[in-house]
Amino acid sequence: MKRKHKRLTFVFVALILLTLATSLVLIAFEDNIVFFYSPTEILTKTEEPTQRIRLGGLVKDGSIKKSSSNEITFLVTDNKNTIEVKFYGILPDLFREGQGIVAEGKLNNGTFFAEEVLAKHDENYMPPEVAAAIKKSGQWQGQLK
Amino acid sequence: MTAELGHFMLIMALFVSLFQASVPLYGAQKNILPLIKTASSAAICQLFLVTAAFLCLIHLYVTSDFSVLNVVQNSHTDKPLIYKISGVWGNHEGSLLLWVLILALFGSAVSIFGNNLPASFQARVLSVQAMIAVGFYLFILLTSNPFQRVLAPPENGNDLNPLLQDLGLAIHPPMLYLGYVGFSIAFSFAIAALIEGKVDSAWARWVRPWTIAAWIFLTGGIALGSWWAYYELGWGGWWFWDPVENASFMPWLAGTALLHSAIVVEKRNSLKGWTVLLAIITFSMSLLGTFIVRSGVLTSVHAFATDPTRGVFILSLLIIVIGGSLTLFAWRGPKLKNVGLFQPISREGALLFNNLILFTAMATILLGTLYPLLLDVINGSKISVGPPFFNSVFIPLMIPMIIAMGIGPFLNWKRGDLISALARLRIVFYISLITAAAIWTVYVEGPFLGVVGITLAAWLGAATIAEFVNKIQLFKAPLGKALQRILIIPRSAWGMTFGHLGLAIAIAGITGAGAWKIESIQSMKPEDTVNVGEYKYTFKGVKFKEGPNYITTIAKFIAQKGTNSKIELYAEKRKYNVSGTQTTEAAIHTTFAGDLYVVIGDSNEKNGTYVTRIYFNPLVAWMWAGTIVMMFGGLLSLSDLNRRSRTSYNKRILPVSI
Repeated sequence: MKRKHKRLTFVFVALILLTLATSLVLIAFEDNIVFFYSPTEILTKTEEPTQRIRLGGLVKDGSIKKSSSNEITFLVTDNKNTIEVKFYGILPDLFREGQGIVAEGKLNNGTFFAEEVLAKHDENYMPPEVAAAIKKSGQWQGQLK
Repeated sequence: MTAELGHFMLIMALFVSLFQASVPLYGAQKNILPLIKTASSAAICQLFLVTAAFLCLIHLYVTSDFSVLNVVQNSHTDKPLIYKISGVWGNHEGSLLLWVLILALFGSAVSIFGNNLPASFQARVLSVQAMIAVGFYLFILLTSNPFQRVLAPPENGNDLNPLLQDLGLAIHPPMLYLGYVGFSIAFSFAIAALIEGKVDSAWARWVRPWTIAAWIFLTGGIALGSWWAYYELGWGGWWFWDPVENASFMPWLAGTALLHSAIVVEKRNSLKGWTVLLAIITFSMSLLGTFIVRSGVLTSVHAFATDPTRGVFILSLLIIVIGGSLTLFAWRGPKLKNVGLFQPISREGALLFNNLILFTAMATILLGTLYPLLLDVINGSKISVGPPFFNSVFIPLMIPMIIAMGIGPFLNWKRGDLISALARLRIVFYISLITAAAIWTVYVEGPFLGVVGITLAAWLGAATIAEFVNKIQLFKAPLGKALQRILIIPRSAWGMTFGHLGLAIAIAGITGAGAWKIESIQSMKPEDTVNVGEYKYTFKGVKFKEGPNYITTIAKFIAQKGTNSKIELYAEKRKYNVSGTQTTEAAIHTTFAGDLYVVIGDSNEKNGTYVTRIYFNPLVAWMWAGTIVMMFGGLLSLSDLNRRSRTSYNKRILPVSI
């Protein structure tokens, strides 16, 4: 193979890889990005989002209820608006009232059906999205780290 | 007093590293031997000072000195001794101290084991090391001082986050850091080579053992972390494509590429610029990892309490290191002349292909990890990029790489023969086909990707063994000859065989756990039974017990497959006295075919039931076993390379006595 051809082969392989990677990334981004909303943002939307979303906020005090079938219902608040969340399964260890959480799932007629609930390692930790959402709702009191 | 002593030692270390970063470098540029020689002693001095500071902090923890803020925030008198010690690096300030300790450790390793390097080159390497150290000392002293006192010492401390009171997590950060920081050596070698404008096979022989050592630690650190997530978080998963996990995976991918491209530099005196660039990128990824973990800019299941000023500091450090080294590369890189281009179909061609894919994979993960941050900065939208993204990008990239991994070792250096290589892989190909057909018939309804994964694992495993058989000419030469050949195979070749075999085993494990996992959530009363997979589980009720600093609920389960013997499983839920937080201790019973995994949740007072989550995670043990085999392969290579790098340099240097 001539020098020029060798060089061309490498350029060609690298280009194919680049194209492949770019298209993979673009396709994956299209389908798999999950947007984050606060309760206020969801309620001010005219149309209910149909895709998978993340909802973040504080678990409202005294709102956790368990049915006999172990379905858990609680309210997530940004101290301005609240949304009802339903979840079936084992909650994370750090889940408790007043704690900042992020739930992933889908909305249906104003109720959020969570497939996953994330709470953090550290009990003082506030997910940055939740902190931003509460600040945006004007209810930030700075008492939470 | 101890706290002030530790603080003082750290400040001293900063000054020593300032000296080490400048004087030997100047000496090397101007060829002043006495100045060059100061590098080694400075490195060892630095190690002494940092070790002293680290011991001071350990002492403060062990004696529970609550006049020190860091101890108050992360310790408690009731904590078992081992977690008092591991608590030292279980927090931000302490873990940074561990980081600089390891950096100093590697620095003095270069000065002790590197006495066969050309003196001026060694001095330059140590100077670059010291520059990194200066950045981190400043970071610790200015933003994260572990020795800060509190004005009014409290009675007792806040205790270490209970999730971190765990043996696996006591050794996970040191392992991970040994990997991250270990790549700083490859980085310093690359920068020193750029300053000298020379990269040759001797350079590669020197860089390779350090890179492999770092790679072994990083592999172990990542595996330990995901093992911890597997048994401690109780989600039945072991990898979540979480930003913090990605942060450790990116340097691993770049480091693996570096490992392979350095071979090409050594054997063929080619790919020099690329290898130097990879060394820079690998360490930059390590720094980026530190930034992601320590700044808390990304929402992560692993995020700890954070402070924005620290993030800004690390970000600036990141920009200086990456920007500076890339500028140096752009300026000096063109001086590194390769010995012409090589044939695409050859061993070096295959290694370059592997490099391109690993690099692409790393770049896509980087994009997915930082994209939410980017979008937030641009228009304030909050998004998250989750596992589906990474899976759908990463897996398709790995498929061609694993196919190529089977073929590559059969190609010769310089000019390979693809046709004859494929001919020799005929049996391997049939084995893979049979495996695919077998899996396909057994798991018709399972995901197709499962079939692909196991087939690839079989392909890679069989091809690796075939290459070994070919190397010793088993079945071709008489058996005695073949066995003799086994003895003369260099250990680095054994290293490749084990490394690739380990990956094959791990792929089987990853595929199994990903594709055929069975999950079942239900509420159970004592004596209730549930079938999950091939096992029948009986819930035998709960007991309450008191641990050293927690109260635990222990749920007993009995699992039985057909009429086989009964397996007892104990799942725990612990509540820690000081912080009131709960942790989950999953009950795991490992078998060859998979793990039985049981988690106990909250009780429902109304009807006395407990939420239970039961998993069958196929082939998980294979994943851990594969990782251990890979690390063992790395160790074999390391022992060989270490010997070779010493002899070769000795030969080169002896005539020119310094």
